[in-house]
Amino acid sequence: MSIRKVIERLLFLVVVIWTASTITFFIPRISKRNPIRERFGQLARTGGFSPDELEIIIESYSQKFGLDKPLWEQYADYIGGIARLDLGVSLYQYPKTVLELIQEAIPWTLGLLVVSTILSFIIGNSLGAVAAWPRAPRWLRSIATPFILFMGVPPVLLAVFLLFFVAFRLKALPLGGAYSIGVIPDQSLEFYLDVLRHQLLPALALIFGTVGGWVLSMRGMGVTIQGEDYVLFAEHKGLSGFTIFRDYYLRNALLPQVTGFALALGNMVTSGIVIEQLFGLPGIGTVLYNAIKANDYLVIYGVVLFITIAIATLMVMVELLYPLIDPRIRE
Amino acid sequence: MEPVLRINNLQVTYYTDAGRARALDGVSLTLNAGEKLGLVGESGSGKSTMALAMMHMIKPPGRIEEGQVIVGDTDLTTLTKEEMLKARLEKITYIPQGAMNSLNPVMRIGAQMVDAIKAHYKSPSKAEMAEMSMDSLESVDLDRSVFKMYPHELSGGMKQRVCIAIGILLKPQVIIADEPTSALDVVTQRQVMETIDRVQETLGAAIILIGHDMGLMAQFVDKVAVMYTGRLMELSTVREMFTNPQHPYAQALISSLPSLDNKGVFQGIPGLAPALLRLPSGCAFHPRCQHTTEICTTMLPRLEQMEGGRMVACHLYTEQV
Amino acid sequence: MATVTISQQEFQQPSRVMLFFRYLRRNPGLFIGFFILIGLILFTVIGVLTIDSSDAYPLSVKPKQPPSLEYPFGTDFYGRDLLAAMVVGMWQTALIGVLAGAIGTLIGVTLGFISAYFGGRLDSIIKGTCQILLPIPVFLIQVVIAGSLDKRDVTIYTMALIVVLLAWMWPTIVIRSQVLSMKERQFVSVAKLSGMGDFEIIFAEIMPNLLPFIAASFVWSVFSAVFASFYLAVVGLGPLREPLLGNTIWAAQSQGAFFNGWWWWPLLPAIAMVLILTSLALINMGLDELANPRVRRTE
Repeated sequence: MSIRKVIERLLFLVVVIWTASTITFFIPRISKRNPIRERFGQLARTGGFSPDELEIIIESYSQKFGLDKPLWEQYADYIGGIARLDLGVSLYQYPKTVLELIQEAIPWTLGLLVVSTILSFIIGNSLGAVAAWPRAPRWLRSIATPFILFMGVPPVLLAVFLLFFVAFRLKALPLGGAYSIGVIPDQSLEFYLDVLRHQLLPALALIFGTVGGWVLSMRGMGVTIQGEDYVLFAEHKGLSGFTIFRDYYLRNALLPQVTGFALALGNMVTSGIVIEQLFGLPGIGTVLYNAIKANDYLVIYGVVLFITIAIATLMVMVELLYPLIDPRIRE
Repeated sequence: MEPVLRINNLQVTYYTDAGRARALDGVSLTLNAGEKLGLVGESGSGKSTMALAMMHMIKPPGRIEEGQVIVGDTDLTTLTKEEMLKARLEKITYIPQGAMNSLNPVMRIGAQMVDAIKAHYKSPSKAEMAEMSMDSLESVDLDRSVFKMYPHELSGGMKQRVCIAIGILLKPQVIIADEPTSALDVVTQRQVMETIDRVQETLGAAIILIGHDMGLMAQFVDKVAVMYTGRLMELSTVREMFTNPQHPYAQALISSLPSLDNKGVFQGIPGLAPALLRLPSGCAFHPRCQHTTEICTTMLPRLEQMEGGRMVACHLYTEQV
Repeated sequence: MATVTISQQEFQQPSRVMLFFRYLRRNPGLFIGFFILIGLILFTVIGVLTIDSSDAYPLSVKPKQPPSLEYPFGTDFYGRDLLAAMVVGMWQTALIGVLAGAIGTLIGVTLGFISAYFGGRLDSIIKGTCQILLPIPVFLIQVVIAGSLDKRDVTIYTMALIVVLLAWMWPTIVIRSQVLSMKERQFVSVAKLSGMGDFEIIFAEIMPNLLPFIAASFVWSVFSAVFASFYLAVVGLGPLREPLLGNTIWAAQSQGAFFNGWWWWPLLPAIAMVLILTSLALINMGLDELANPRVRRTE
């Protein structure tokens, strides 16, 4: 891998982040909604100040957040802020900064998504690899079929069914929440077990809702690889079926899957956000959801940017590390 | 001389959606140690099916219907799966056609040789296996350092040599080389053929060279077998084949070769090879043959021995015999 | 010597229809997909014709009734007949899906063609844009757009537009790569050498060969549009007045349907959505297989 390639990819990363921040900056401005007016209008209705006072307060706050400046100036401030890793403050939960909000939520999201993504990758690719391997026993190959059949079922729908059967009918697991009501978060084992119980259904929904995609792409890849000359020649060498499967077939079929990993994480994040919402988990999806409800610009920007940066960075990292597993691209 | 390879009445059928295709129809052959046979024919004539059948590697929807492949004194068709795995590379070996793509791109050459040894011998030491592999590489004129390289670091000719080195790793009695030079330039072709020639002589193995490059055949083999639609049409010594081919198809094949005498004239065989699913009745070549008679359209000619030991399957000669 | 005579005329290749049915047998996914889809269409059409669609809106029937003879799918907290809501929701889902799918495919095919066929600077711009947009989680942007709109502006049609806004990249890339590979094939060079014009080549030579890919990419676009609009609705960003399937699930969840024992409320729209998405996914996979003979199954 040449230095040039590395720089090229890093530049690409910057462009992606810039594009995402520009899109997220301008879209909310198109709407006629004014978050500060909405926020203080709410306060005014619940009692407090008169309409005249309201206008003055709105004006001063708009000034404070720089909303009275011309658009391009706001844009420049905003992009400059991102470069300094300053995502601003929440309008709604002032004076909390956007980064603080993300920091509080991210462990929940990360825990759920990382575990689910990895398990889904392993399960899906094993099933897909076996499904395309002509010499695998029939029953083993057919395990993959239901996953492919239900590939179209998004994790969120699976979550609804799991909620119905496991939590509602069987009452085996809780219907939602991050931990049981009345439990005070601490470092005890009981607390962690309680959290785990609450994470189980969302994780299952995420895993089984995404396995099908891996199964399908791995099976497609496998069909191609098992017809390659080197697999055939390996058979001519008299190698055992297992050796051919592991060293000649799986290793080659898995390579393109690794590149798909980061992109799959993007889909995972999408479903994760919605599932957090459905289960009432205090993750980053909930932060985003609340921000959208309140039209809390900077938090929306912040979360969207944060996720985009995370995924794009991961993608570029996978690309840069890929030569380590594929000798052909090493030079 | 004791024959090392005897093929008796080998038959392979592919079962497809559109019907049954007989890819190999009762082929019989005998080869002595050190003998070199060229197998020629158009695409789809059953050359590659024959190689796969000998290696016992016909896969569904294909099936070996009947016949025997006897190497030394073992009938390969009666072996169990595990025994057949051992027989490959030890008794009979296959040097692939697409050498460009026949090596695993993510494994070092050495690893791809060592795993082959491991599959056949009980726990030789690492050093022994490396030594064996490097010796084999050396015997095909490659540097010992190739052992540590990846396929993409090698040229096409070198890759083909690696394939040969792997093929002869366990000193087999029969070598099948399936168009081993088709992807190489002319100079490299020649060098690789010389290497195969030398290696085969040191091993004393019989070799079947599959291909359609008649020029290469003429220089290299002792005997030539001409195949058409899965059947053997003629089997003669290389001299007889090139100077006096008997079967009309073989004649057409030979006369279509370019020569300086008829420069600028392209002579082909009229018509196309028939699809295996829709074989013409009788002799499959009759629609393209210049000597077709009544009987050719109804009766399949048998492969008959002629004087001098050559074999021909054509009614032109059966009537005379 | 035994001989068999079959003249060439007598031996006939099985007809195309026969081969197609034999193929369907080996590709049951495509078959099942079509089967489910036809069932869904029948349900919706018959429903629209026979059911009073005003029952799909709040305060029209007795609330919180479990499924019964009178209300086969039950009623919800707001007093909507869920059967009527389902019929209207399916109709609207289909509308969003087909509308967004058609626009997405049209953009994709057009851009993909231009990019691949004419190449040069246009190609690099289109390709570059797609590459930059791909790592950005589309759904997040859609969330931002839908969230920024005034609630009154969110309708079925704006939903379709939001969904399609960032869903044309994938069809573009697929079509582009197909056209690129087709351009290299001989029949196109032959057409060029014989003096055919660009548009003639595109429509007479390339298009017909591309049809299976366009069909597959249309089904994919419909699928992703339905998927995305469903997700938007589930987080409460849909047109709240309308009984879109995702909206119904969102409403059920925000009223704590499972906590309160109204299980039918979220469950039935979820089943309907599973059927819609599964049939589309199966058809898409089946068409992919048809278009790519390399992965076509032969047994």
